[in-house]
Amino acid sequence: MITPQKINKNAAQIKSEVLSNKKVGPYHHMVFAVGEMAAHSKPGNFVAISVGGEQSALILRRAFAVYRAIDKGPMGGTIELVVAPHGQGSKWLCAQNVGEYVDLIGPLGTSFGIPTTNANTMLIGGGYGSAPLFALAEVLKNRGCRVDMVLGASTANKIYAPLEGKRSVSSLTLTTDDGTAGIHGQISEAIPRLIRELGTEVIYSCGPMGMLSAIAKIAEEFDIAHQCAVEEAMACGIGVCMTCVVPVKFNDGIKMVRTCIDGPVMDGSEIIWDRKTVLDKL
Amino acid sequence: MSALDFSTKIGSKRFSNPIFTASGCASSGQELSQFFPLTELGAVVTKSIMTKARAGRATPRMAETPSGMLNSIGLQGPGIDTFLENDIPWLIENNAKIVVSIAGETVEEYGVLARRLRAVSGISAVEVNISCPNVENRGQVFSCHPDTSTAVIESVRRNIGGELPIIAKLSPDVTDIVAIAKAVIDAGVDGLALINTLLGMVIDTNSMKPKLAGKTGGLSGPAIRPVAVRAIYQVHQAFPNIPIIGMGGVATGRDAFELVLAGASAVSIGTASFGNPTAALQVKNELADLLTQKGFKDFRDAIGFAHRSV
Repeated sequence: MITPQKINKNAAQIKSEVLSNKKVGPYHHMVFAVGEMAAHSKPGNFVAISVGGEQSALILRRAFAVYRAIDKGPMGGTIELVVAPHGQGSKWLCAQNVGEYVDLIGPLGTSFGIPTTNANTMLIGGGYGSAPLFALAEVLKNRGCRVDMVLGASTANKIYAPLEGKRSVSSLTLTTDDGTAGIHGQISEAIPRLIRELGTEVIYSCGPMGMLSAIAKIAEEFDIAHQCAVEEAMACGIGVCMTCVVPVKFNDGIKMVRTCIDGPVMDGSEIIWDRKTVLDKL
Repeated sequence: MSALDFSTKIGSKRFSNPIFTASGCASSGQELSQFFPLTELGAVVTKSIMTKARAGRATPRMAETPSGMLNSIGLQGPGIDTFLENDIPWLIENNAKIVVSIAGETVEEYGVLARRLRAVSGISAVEVNISCPNVENRGQVFSCHPDTSTAVIESVRRNIGGELPIIAKLSPDVTDIVAIAKAVIDAGVDGLALINTLLGMVIDTNSMKPKLAGKTGGLSGPAIRPVAVRAIYQVHQAFPNIPIIGMGGVATGRDAFELVLAGASAVSIGTASFGNPTAALQVKNELADLLTQKGFKDFRDAIGFAHRSV
């Protein structure tokens, strides 16, 4: 899992123009002009953006999973993000108008691994965590994979499932905690039955850590591969601050691995999800 | 800029310019090298290394605060063997000037680390981090007491041999930083690194519990810059001939200039690199412009200038 290749290879720091900023339910869909960066961005990668402007008291970048990267579109290379305005930084970003520039670093982190054979895949997204899964679905479909998507959220309008994103999907299942759309209940409750019905061989997941942890357990029970894009609070996004770590099993014990360099996409079976085990061993 | 002599000296070692990274904020250099050549820096100060590999603390390890952040990493690192095997050769290969930062749990561990470094070529200085706040026991912060500070520096001095400059990194969380500085100077350091982070805490008012898994963390960023300026000013006033590597919330050339005026012979960029990987480069260029604007032809004439103009 630890890659000996050059760290942050392909990453660049640029001033990026906001090309579009549209409210979609509780989220913002934003498009940024990034030039050549788009060609290097793969599903699972993220970007880190400075927030608050020059005199801001917010000194740390905010990390966002890439929803879609278009290499040579009508506006040149673009990267699209789905942003939930819930903190000071993301609220600032969502308030940026078309034509304004942000300081953006990308592409960063690992990307989803693609099966070499045409496997049955299941893509599971929680809330706006679904964002990077649509581009992944496209890649998988082009590879000949069957793509079943399961999207869950606390309530119906928090499910992010744009029309254009669904093109590559063979089936789409929705779940909501409050029953306002799809299956009533937590997303992880619906997964075992779907795996059996659909003959899932590989799971890709993205969303809150609690959800990823539950899916990791299911993947282990079914003995199927599980790649997840984790969400740990980051300060830098480029591997220098050591704050975004997750505990990973190694032959010689537990190591804290940076999710910005060796993640966000990681093998779900290698992560130690039980916090207590880790706290006891550290 | 061509007229400006930007070089600086720490002990016997000369550096092409006074902008360094701060230990713990640049890992071992590779991560930043994607964004600018490390040869632009006066030196890379590596993340404090211990004898053995260390996992560090559990997460959450970070809390953003107004104009700053708390970190609670707990000296995660690969241990001295892996560090000397991988990181130092890489830095040498990339022509970076290297200051190795070391940290120990005991006085003996610092001695062991110093002995490992004495045989390593390509290092310009050793920073002795006796002030990391992220340890289990506050009593283990050596730089909180003159006696323990002295013991660590003597142990390093005995084991390192040769003329490798020794820099002691001190904590501002003390009643009298000048007294601690005196203790380490008497024990034979060639320079001081001022300041490490300040111990702080954030409580999450939703969960009603401490935000960090380690409860407390080190406060850094622009919020602590006035504390750094004060500490550097006080220590430079007392020991004008001891070089100080100043750090604490420097994000611009103006900020760096402030620390230089207070008495810093070099300035380290720490938390600013988290928000902006090219911060050190930007600070370097802005500082050179500022010095020229103010009429300085030699960087060293600006060191401690605020004392002379009072």
